[in-house]
Amino acid sequence: MRASFFLSEIGIGLRRNMTMTIAMIVTMALSLFLQALGLGMTRQVSAMKDFWYDRVEISVYLCGESSVGATCGGTPVTDEQRREIGDDLRQMPQVREVFYESQQDAYDRFREQFADSPDLVDNVTADALPESYRVSLHDPEQFEVVASALRDRPGIEQVQDQKALLEPFFRILNLFQFGAWALAGSALLAAVLLVSNTVRVSAFGRRREVGIMRLVGASNWTIQLPFVLEGLLAGVVGAVIASGGLVAVKAIAVDRFLREELPFTAFIGWGDVLWVVPWLFLTGIVLAGLASFLTLRRHLRV
Amino acid sequence: MIRLEHVGKSYPTSTRPALADVDVEIEKGEFVFLVGSSGSGKSTFLRLLLKEESPTSGKVYVAGKDLSRLSQWKVPALRRSIGTVFQDFRLLPNKTVFQNVAFALEVIGKPRQTIAQVVPEVLDLVGLEGKVQRMPDELSGGEQQRVAIARAFVNRPMILLADEPTGNLDPSTSVGIMKLLDRINRTGTTVVMATHDAAIVDSMRRRVVELSLGRVVRDQTRGVYGYGA
Repeated sequence: MRASFFLSEIGIGLRRNMTMTIAMIVTMALSLFLQALGLGMTRQVSAMKDFWYDRVEISVYLCGESSVGATCGGTPVTDEQRREIGDDLRQMPQVREVFYESQQDAYDRFREQFADSPDLVDNVTADALPESYRVSLHDPEQFEVVASALRDRPGIEQVQDQKALLEPFFRILNLFQFGAWALAGSALLAAVLLVSNTVRVSAFGRRREVGIMRLVGASNWTIQLPFVLEGLLAGVVGAVIASGGLVAVKAIAVDRFLREELPFTAFIGWGDVLWVVPWLFLTGIVLAGLASFLTLRRHLRV
Repeated sequence: MIRLEHVGKSYPTSTRPALADVDVEIEKGEFVFLVGSSGSGKSTFLRLLLKEESPTSGKVYVAGKDLSRLSQWKVPALRRSIGTVFQDFRLLPNKTVFQNVAFALEVIGKPRQTIAQVVPEVLDLVGLEGKVQRMPDELSGGEQQRVAIARAFVNRPMILLADEPTGNLDPSTSVGIMKLLDRINRTGTTVVMATHDAAIVDSMRRRVVELSLGRVVRDQTRGVYGYGA
């Protein structure tokens, strides 16, 4: 009995303010969607970081014929030097794995990466590219330790920390992430204000009923609950729509579009989506519920 | 049943108090007229009984309970034991007669079977058997007030407060309403009625408490309205 009474009262309330109810739900959905993007962005950035930091290596470029490094002295690296450097590298405790890349290997990789620019590829020969040891460390932060041991050895032209190359890229990603969060934050603020306003208008529009409810002795909770539920409804429906939007973004933008355009990096998976969705619901429900409840305390005389 | 001890009520915006040093005791089952000109404090008196307002001084007792000691969440229970009727009827315009009366029971959680049984009974009592499905705007003033009385009485409250219930009604309809209130009073309900209606007061000869500028100036059993009488 009670449940059907409440439901009918809520239904009346919602239908009376149909446009405002829709506005409330749409704003909530939009802001939760932006929050989803923000969260998704965070997951994406950390997925990329994991992917890249795993692959990040130190490149130990060995002297070649056209090297200009001080330690090379104009001569290419000897077989003995090459072997020694390789052995020493493998024995260092910080080093996890060592790959050797010959000039031919480097050339093949170059051709594959720049397959879209045939002019560039034609102008480069295998001799122009240096041979190198690709060294991956247990802890990428230990670059300096390894680098200092290698820097001034004869036969080594340059020791390059590839992580440093990625820093600007990740700085940009972090900037995007920050931007996404700023956007989500302001959208959430707008949603909360709109829920608050809608509840206030709803309470005002139903003041006759509310007055009579108070007069006949309905408990405060009975009077307030329909309004709080109206707000919560916006939160839940908004979260559902936002989740749907996130799934769509993942399925279309990420899986179909981005994966093809940028094949050499990692992207968020369905597990990440599943991680984001509960947060959307939590945020939607808590914010909408709180906004409704606090608005009622201020504007509904009980 | 109702007791006001040295009750005073002042609003911050006005210089003169709405009520000053009011001492009234009303026993269970009494029928009391509260008379006085506009601004004499009649409505304030009734509002104090519902705890819509709190007195600035003195104490208000309803059914033996000191209202100042009543915590906020117990106020709804107090109001369930008091029925109220107003000059402007205060019906819900989008609900039928039945639904208006049932509303009072629904909001306090009475089950559907109880409502289906009790509401027709009380509508019979007030004489609206045939108009159960009508909307308020299809009813005359007297009929609307009967619906309001039905709603006030449906929960069998201890006290019925009426704030100028005949204010919007013509004299003959008013008589009908008063007969109804009298019938309700005879079932044991204490009735306190604020009114301007001299004819009604004179014809019923019940206890009259007269307020003037917030003070009790007369408290007379079997009294008359009093202007210069």
